[in-house]
Amino acid sequence: MKTFRIGGIHPKENKFSAGQRIKTVALPDRVVIPLAHYSGMPSRAVVKKGDFVKVGQLIGQADGYVSANVHSSVSGRVSKVDVQLDASGYKRPAVFIDVEGDEWLESIDLTTDIKRECHFTKEEILTKIQSAGIVGLGGATFPAHVKLAPPPGKKAEVLIINGVECEPFLTCDHQLMLEKGEEIMVGITILMKVLAVEKAVIGIENNKQDAVEYLRKIAKSYPGIRVVPLKVRYPQGGEKQLIDAILRRQVPSGKIPIEVGTVVMNVATTFAVYEAVQKGKPLMERVMTISGKEVQNPGNYLVRLGVYLSEVVNQAGGVPERTGKIIGGGPMMGRSLMNLDVPMAKGSAGIVFVPDRDSVRGQDRNCIRCAKCVTVCPMGLEPFLLMNQSEREMWDEMEQNRIMDCIECGSCSYTCPSNRPLLDYIRYGKTTVGFRIRSRKAAKV
Amino acid sequence: MNTILAAILILGGIGILLAVLIYFVSEKFKVIEDPRYDQVEATLPAANCGGCGFPGCRGFAVACVESDSLDHLNCTVGGIETMEKVASILGKTAVAHTPTVAVVRCGGDCEHRPRMNEYDGVKHCFIAHNLYSGETGCSWGCLGFGDCELSCDFDAIKVNPITKIPEVDEEKCTSCGACVRACPKMLIEIRKKGPKSRRIYVNCRNKDKGNISRKSCNVSCIACNKCFKVCPHEAISIGDNLAFIHDDKCKLCRKCVEVCPTNAIVELNFPPRRKPVEAEGETLVTNK
Repeated sequence: MKTFRIGGIHPKENKFSAGQRIKTVALPDRVVIPLAHYSGMPSRAVVKKGDFVKVGQLIGQADGYVSANVHSSVSGRVSKVDVQLDASGYKRPAVFIDVEGDEWLESIDLTTDIKRECHFTKEEILTKIQSAGIVGLGGATFPAHVKLAPPPGKKAEVLIINGVECEPFLTCDHQLMLEKGEEIMVGITILMKVLAVEKAVIGIENNKQDAVEYLRKIAKSYPGIRVVPLKVRYPQGGEKQLIDAILRRQVPSGKIPIEVGTVVMNVATTFAVYEAVQKGKPLMERVMTISGKEVQNPGNYLVRLGVYLSEVVNQAGGVPERTGKIIGGGPMMGRSLMNLDVPMAKGSAGIVFVPDRDSVRGQDRNCIRCAKCVTVCPMGLEPFLLMNQSEREMWDEMEQNRIMDCIECGSCSYTCPSNRPLLDYIRYGKTTVGFRIRSRKAAKV
Repeated sequence: MNTILAAILILGGIGILLAVLIYFVSEKFKVIEDPRYDQVEATLPAANCGGCGFPGCRGFAVACVESDSLDHLNCTVGGIETMEKVASILGKTAVAHTPTVAVVRCGGDCEHRPRMNEYDGVKHCFIAHNLYSGETGCSWGCLGFGDCELSCDFDAIKVNPITKIPEVDEEKCTSCGACVRACPKMLIEIRKKGPKSRRIYVNCRNKDKGNISRKSCNVSCIACNKCFKVCPHEAISIGDNLAFIHDDKCKLCRKCVEVCPTNAIVELNFPPRRKPVEAEGETLVTNK
């Protein structure tokens, strides 16, 4: 069984919501659609107070190349264009819409039958993906059209589809593969056409045997697509790790996957591409997992963008008693939410409720030089050294030690027997070093 | 015996040869430095704080010697006494600079700004600031983990354990600006110390609209314009939903302090107000 070669851990999987069918969350009275929830520039609002919008209508125009459009997820009247607290407590621009009915744009095909043939040219597909505002739904929310247009002189050979879902608790991609397998396959053929590649590989971790078997069965009728089961190991869902696991190629430090002739796309993104190209439906809803050790009915929910997370949680059975922390995203990479009154964003893959007995950090003690963090680091860094340098603000040394390669997977903090806050300090260093590199580049220009 | 002699002669010979070489090289590449650099540096406090804007005391000494006048140069640590000593060495005249002090512009203590969540990451302002807005509803206010305290070389700024807001010791503060650079929320400002340490400033940095900032903190500036209107010296400007008092124009009349509805404008080290003002206020109320 394949897996990536350097480092990695195996946290307890806790996939309580596996096998739960995707449920649709009822529409609330009001949604708040964030305009700045992806990497890159926030988009510009193109609606104003009092405008009536339909489902799928453009409300935020991309501002610049690395930026994505935002579409209304409901029909109703715009009550204001203002700022809204996001999950980190800072205020971001957002469009507030009061829901009236559920009226969709006429251009969206609402039938559920699968459209396999795609007659569009490469350019047409790219334009459709760009105008549908599709971003990477794995978490980093990088605009998909940028990824799909490799820089001149670079050519992709293989398309990798990321169905790994290595985070504990999360099952939204798993369930999507089981329920929308055919659609994902069509999405893959569309992406293959855009990138002009002959081969596509779907990487799925071995704990999702049913998905592996199901996709293998239907992949027979799609030439060039192969399903590869992978050994369960965190952080296999990181694109550099996945490329290493499947192709045995290492992305050079500071470079992107196209450098080794590949492009990685998440299964949820692929499904969104299918919907955008074949059905004309922009990215305005996604599947998210609600789970936790003490959650009554963990499940997978199809949620429209901009719905308050508290609304989703209420429909899923409310916050369990004795909850210590609520995490947005998976427990490894996600961040604690400071309140639940934040709108659903394109990158929200799940909500995990952590009971208070598990949510406390242990007292941090001295480093005992056991080098466990070095062993598990999937990027081959030395987390203990980077932490010490960050504490002492030795930025140049950190840069030499390749701090910018850190993918912030948290394996080092997870494995440390002394509870050292490794990732906290490394992230601090990474932010500062990144800032220094950017300002140095700006000074050169 | 011969071996020992040979060794002494060879090593000694090499030594003498190199010594001569080094002598000529050092003569050839001699850096002729103004001896006044050392003299000036010796009078400086050797705090190397960077408050003067130069890299350490040596850098400041060089700048003092090289510049034509000492008008724009000031050692914030030593003050006018040090500058007079420097001036006497250099034969220039020292100019007294207005003494300045660091001011923390956040009044959101535990009483006025309730904590809404608990942060259990590394207790470091910068790390918390990178991660999220902070334990309170105000994303502009003090985080209270004491990066400023760590940055201070003079032990002049301390986080009060009860209010969780840093307090500046005026006696010790040299206004070097280390805390200004350390604060990720940019709350600390170097202001004029004022006569008898009397100062008036807006104790808030919340740039949200009034209704939003008021929800998260009782003593936030809501940019209501009252102080702007009442100020007879045009010392107050309003921008970004925030009032700012320019210390070079402020005449310390305290009118703005009286009108501020949220007590966001703070007066420091003033004697208690005279009775008549209060009495007047009372009569007004009774007349109504």
